[in-house]
Amino acid sequence: MSEYRTIDPAAQEMLEIAERLGISTQFDRYKAQQPQCKFGLTGVCCKVCIQGPCRVIPTKKGAEMGICGARDYTIVSRNVARSIAGGASAHSDHGREIAHTLLATAEGKAPDYRIKDSDKLHKVAERVGVAVEGRKDVDIAKDVAVLALNDYGKYTEEPCVWLDTNIDDERKKKFKKTRISPPAIDRAVVQLFHETHMGTDADPVNIIFGGLQAALADFTGMSLSTDLSDILFGTPEPVKTSANLGTLRKEYVNIAIHGHNPVLSEMIVDIADELQDEAKKIGASGINLVGICCTGNEVLMRRGVPMATNFGTQELAIMTGVLDAMVVDVQCIAPGVQEVCNCYHTLTISTIKFSKIPGAAHIEFNPATAKESAREIIRLAIDNFKNRRADLVHIPNFKKDVIGGFSVEALLDVLGKVNASNPISVLSDAIRNGEIKGICAFAGCNNQKTVHDGDIIKIAEYLAKNDVFLVSTGCSAGAFAKFGMMSPEGVEKFAGPGLKKVIKRIQDAAGIQLPLVFHMGSCVDNSRIQQLWHRLALDMGVSVPHLPFVASAPEATSEKAVSIGSWMVAMGIPTHVGVMPPIDGSPLVFDLVTQVARDVFGGYFIFETDAEKGAQKLLERLEKRLWRLGIHKKAAEVYSSATNLMTDLMEG
Amino acid sequence: MSIDLFKKAYEGAVTAAGYAQIRLDQAIEEYGRDHAVAYPETAYFLPVITALEGTKVETLNQLVPILNKVKTQYLRPDYTFEGARNNGRVTLFAAEVIEACNYLDGPKYEAPWTGFLTDPILRRFGIQLVDFTIPGFAVIIGKAKDTQTAVDIFRNLQGKGIMIMLSNEIIEQLLEAGMNLGVDYIAFPLGNFTQVIHAVNYALRAGLAFGGVPAGELEQHLEYQKKRVRAFVLALGNQDDVRVAAEFGAMYLNHPTITDQPLTKEEEIPDWYLYEPDPKKMIALGLELRGIKITTLDIDIPILMGPAFEGETIRKEAMHIEFGGTRTTAFEWVRMVEADDIEDGKVSLIGPDIDSVEDGGRLPLGFMIKIYGRKMQKDFESVLERRIHDIVNFGEGLWHNAQRDIIWVRVSKTAFGAGLRLHHLGEIAIAKLKVDFPAIVDRVEVVIMTDQAEVDKVITEARKTYAARDERMRGLTDEKCDMFYSCKLCQSFAPSHMCVITPERIGLCGAVNWLDARASHEIDPNGPNSAIERGEPTDPVKGFYPNVNEFIYAASNKALEEVSLYSFMEQPMTSCGCFEAILALFPEANGIMITTREYGGMTPCGMTFATLAGTVGGGAQTPGFMGVGRQYVISKKFIAGDGGLGRICWMPKDLKAYLRDEFVKRSVEAGLGEDFIDKIADEDVGSEPDVIAEFLEKVGHPALTMDPIVE
Repeated sequence: MSEYRTIDPAAQEMLEIAERLGISTQFDRYKAQQPQCKFGLTGVCCKVCIQGPCRVIPTKKGAEMGICGARDYTIVSRNVARSIAGGASAHSDHGREIAHTLLATAEGKAPDYRIKDSDKLHKVAERVGVAVEGRKDVDIAKDVAVLALNDYGKYTEEPCVWLDTNIDDERKKKFKKTRISPPAIDRAVVQLFHETHMGTDADPVNIIFGGLQAALADFTGMSLSTDLSDILFGTPEPVKTSANLGTLRKEYVNIAIHGHNPVLSEMIVDIADELQDEAKKIGASGINLVGICCTGNEVLMRRGVPMATNFGTQELAIMTGVLDAMVVDVQCIAPGVQEVCNCYHTLTISTIKFSKIPGAAHIEFNPATAKESAREIIRLAIDNFKNRRADLVHIPNFKKDVIGGFSVEALLDVLGKVNASNPISVLSDAIRNGEIKGICAFAGCNNQKTVHDGDIIKIAEYLAKNDVFLVSTGCSAGAFAKFGMMSPEGVEKFAGPGLKKVIKRIQDAAGIQLPLVFHMGSCVDNSRIQQLWHRLALDMGVSVPHLPFVASAPEATSEKAVSIGSWMVAMGIPTHVGVMPPIDGSPLVFDLVTQVARDVFGGYFIFETDAEKGAQKLLERLEKRLWRLGIHKKAAEVYSSATNLMTDLMEG
Repeated sequence: MSIDLFKKAYEGAVTAAGYAQIRLDQAIEEYGRDHAVAYPETAYFLPVITALEGTKVETLNQLVPILNKVKTQYLRPDYTFEGARNNGRVTLFAAEVIEACNYLDGPKYEAPWTGFLTDPILRRFGIQLVDFTIPGFAVIIGKAKDTQTAVDIFRNLQGKGIMIMLSNEIIEQLLEAGMNLGVDYIAFPLGNFTQVIHAVNYALRAGLAFGGVPAGELEQHLEYQKKRVRAFVLALGNQDDVRVAAEFGAMYLNHPTITDQPLTKEEEIPDWYLYEPDPKKMIALGLELRGIKITTLDIDIPILMGPAFEGETIRKEAMHIEFGGTRTTAFEWVRMVEADDIEDGKVSLIGPDIDSVEDGGRLPLGFMIKIYGRKMQKDFESVLERRIHDIVNFGEGLWHNAQRDIIWVRVSKTAFGAGLRLHHLGEIAIAKLKVDFPAIVDRVEVVIMTDQAEVDKVITEARKTYAARDERMRGLTDEKCDMFYSCKLCQSFAPSHMCVITPERIGLCGAVNWLDARASHEIDPNGPNSAIERGEPTDPVKGFYPNVNEFIYAASNKALEEVSLYSFMEQPMTSCGCFEAILALFPEANGIMITTREYGGMTPCGMTFATLAGTVGGGAQTPGFMGVGRQYVISKKFIAGDGGLGRICWMPKDLKAYLRDEFVKRSVEAGLGEDFIDKIADEDVGSEPDVIAEFLEKVGHPALTMDPIVE
């Protein structure tokens, strides 16, 4: 079975069936695409205007420029920047939807929603400067929502609130001096498309910095998205659940919720509870919800809904033959799911006006009538239960325990059991005393260019063994969930002695079982990871570029991954990417983001497709930062106390 | 030659220039076009731009046309050596713009990191640069393959006395290994990334401050860098585009680069860009490329020797033993002896060695050097004796202070642990004196005493000699000597300047007095110090001597016709750049002010030392401004032509403290009274002319009633 490019045993089993039945999956289509175009792979194919495509060869006389005169560095930087704009659009639009929902809720226009986490509302309000004292939650929420929406479209030049109130002064100054602090999210994206339009910007440094501005707009959007989602749907707390295709249950009406936005999925979870009886009426044992991709992460974090699978294997969930509906909203829904649905009884139900698939059912979801829409969707699934084909039912028997739900608040709460007065110091102390070497955050997708889930697991194993504290979001989190690394089993199996000691210490104090990899949410929740390093840096009294904190996206795929990686670099984090993005066609751009970025921002990209080497590099960077911290501390002591020799002599 | 390498230089320049443009536009947006831009304590504005473009940049808007000029004229995908050097040139300017922007908020460099090196630091090493005590500059960029290699490179350079500029992670590596960095060790950890431009800012100021090369004389500056600034770059570890471009910037200034990163035959550029991974060979290659010859001592000692260790201090906790410093009896004494009274090369120790005491211990010390030489003179005893300070202090783990019977010497635990014993000091002294004074020193013997009785016995003899020398010095006046001496020691850096040294006027660097010059002339009549027959003055008060004028006229290529020896208002002596102090006219009080290199604050003439120095240096005659050695202030001939000591209205407290005893003595002699020093304003009174004038009025300063200083 090793010929299948996945290490997920459930996926391997399903791929065998797909092959037998002649069903096309991402795995097959990746093969069919080989060999991929070299110009495209290295980023030197320009399709920005209709004179193109132009494909340049930098060292070949006559071929070193496109028709308009753009060189490799202009073409590559434009292409990368446009990816960032795409990613920033996706994340921030997701956030906008939530902000609108919060506003509608506050104004009484979305009666099916309510403010679930008043405490978080107050904290966010205080942070962003909205008055709290003596005001009703709805009034506060309205102001917060309007302020958030203001970050999208304000016409003034001051920095966005959700960026500025989440970073330290050192970074504020850095972003200001390098002109990458976005005045508004939409403006940054629009400006970037303008900048990269044919015949506008040709300076690669300028284009990349424009890209970074959009990347920080991406951060702004996702950070407000996390905040407002927590306010509406509750801040995640530790929760026990399970993962992989074994979470599908034959006798139940199975509904997979797939995509990103909790505005839809939260309602589906609520209504599924309400409609259990309707499912029983038609002979099922009830309704079984499972999650896929980041919607899966959202409902896992807040509601303990099991995770069926992640991006790379989304089609395989349908092939179990027991999935009665796949309810989708936005982002990362591979159109290929519909191709598989065509062979099974599963209904794909799209819900968003700008996210549809030919052949899929569409029930437009409107927050104003959320419950009604949700009921309609779930009833379609219940109704579809009868159409199952017994001969096509096959649920792989793979399922792992998961303990998730570690928002920063939840993590601090747990750490507070060890040190109530300063919870985060439990981690900084562990770094200082050498028990752990730092923190690595895993983010990002699945990518067919590598073995599905393989590198994510391999790198994490290596880092865990070497006492690195691990957190994760997105489809990387999906992989960890499926492999038992988000359970105590992972700690026993993989943690090095120092890491094990730290986790056990927290576990014993908190009285709950803890995972090896802490699940911090969906891809918009990379904002939670940022908050973790932000607080850690403050506690350790260093700026982020000095903090032993790294990030890895072993299987980065989407434009969102490009924008996340870019703002992480701008924030000062060394960021590993396990697949080669289309930038090495320009040595300048490659150099800029892997080396010069370190000099300017402290963060930089590490492109390494060999997992073992990637893991080693991540560890090296942590050790190097620790090394530097130690030396700078020592130097500060030695050189600041270098008083005049004469004073020393006077003393005797 | 490799297109890939030249392409890297171009793309590095594109990156640097792109980033510089972003930073400049942002700065203008934030602060406004007319906002001031400056590095701290320099009279040379942004030195890269001052030197190469001639623009004295004081406000942000001036940077716009400069950046545009280099970008539009030199930023080209020209993949030739010349093209790469031009792109390197763009990178230098880009880095300067970026760093200038970094200084807008006054970046606080935490020690030991230095950032921009100020003019006082530049001048502090002036004399050592010009006499080749510091024989060259090494700029190290990047990260060595491991800490040990970093240390090997660093120690090797230090042992050769090379000035070291550091950028990027090599700094952390050296700190990790506990290497001492900073101004006192002539090893400057500049910073990261574009901060390496401060090495260039230092090198180019040598031409501006010492060489008298006018701002903007591009070709002359490049020529000066080529001939007189013997710098090379060691590029360690991974090379990104910007770094490569910066290295081509160094090549544009005529400084080669050696990298530890493998280069193909094609990529190597003979004489300019070479591969050598071995630390020793790498440095040897650098020295060879710049024609730097190092004279090494042929002795076996367990410590390194070099100017890098001169500024090293040894604190109590780090000390194995100390001598003198009022804690024990100690003295040093150089004696001229007859041929049969000396055993050449012998070092004897009377009393216990330093392994007889525990860490932190003390012993008395007598350090007597016997010298025989056919051309040795009694007058040279003090010249050679003063060299003991350098000889001992240049040793790593050795610290020496003061002279004669008030010396204070410390040996560090590390040096002791490395095996250093007292006889090593004797061996170092013998070797150094023979190398440095071959013409007057034929035989040397050293007797070291640590036995109290012996020290007490010999010190009385030594004291008799000190007294006799003092008597002789008092009798040494300009009128009584036969010869003056010129000093062109600085010609390596300041080709258009010439000092005249007389018994009563020490060289402006403070390092060469009349006896030194005389000894040096004996050693090598064709060397830096020529004899000028004194002859009779035409104006004995202002100090116009026809013979001096004749000499200066010829030596300055007919640039200077006349020089006065005792006036700073009329044809004053020129200055190279190494002066210890500056005299400046203070017309509000009919007097003068003095400031020193050590005093960084504002002075009554509205300029700091750094700014004033820009007016004084470079070999030009500027009446009303002059660089001097501090000891000249207490000379009877101190601006005798302009009214003398009584003219001093303002000087920093530190200078008062440094000169106090002699100054008071001179004041009494000059009839100014014992309390004259207190009538001189200092920074505690203020630096505002009217405040000072008021103070001088109150205390009844004599200058107020003297003849007008300006006619």
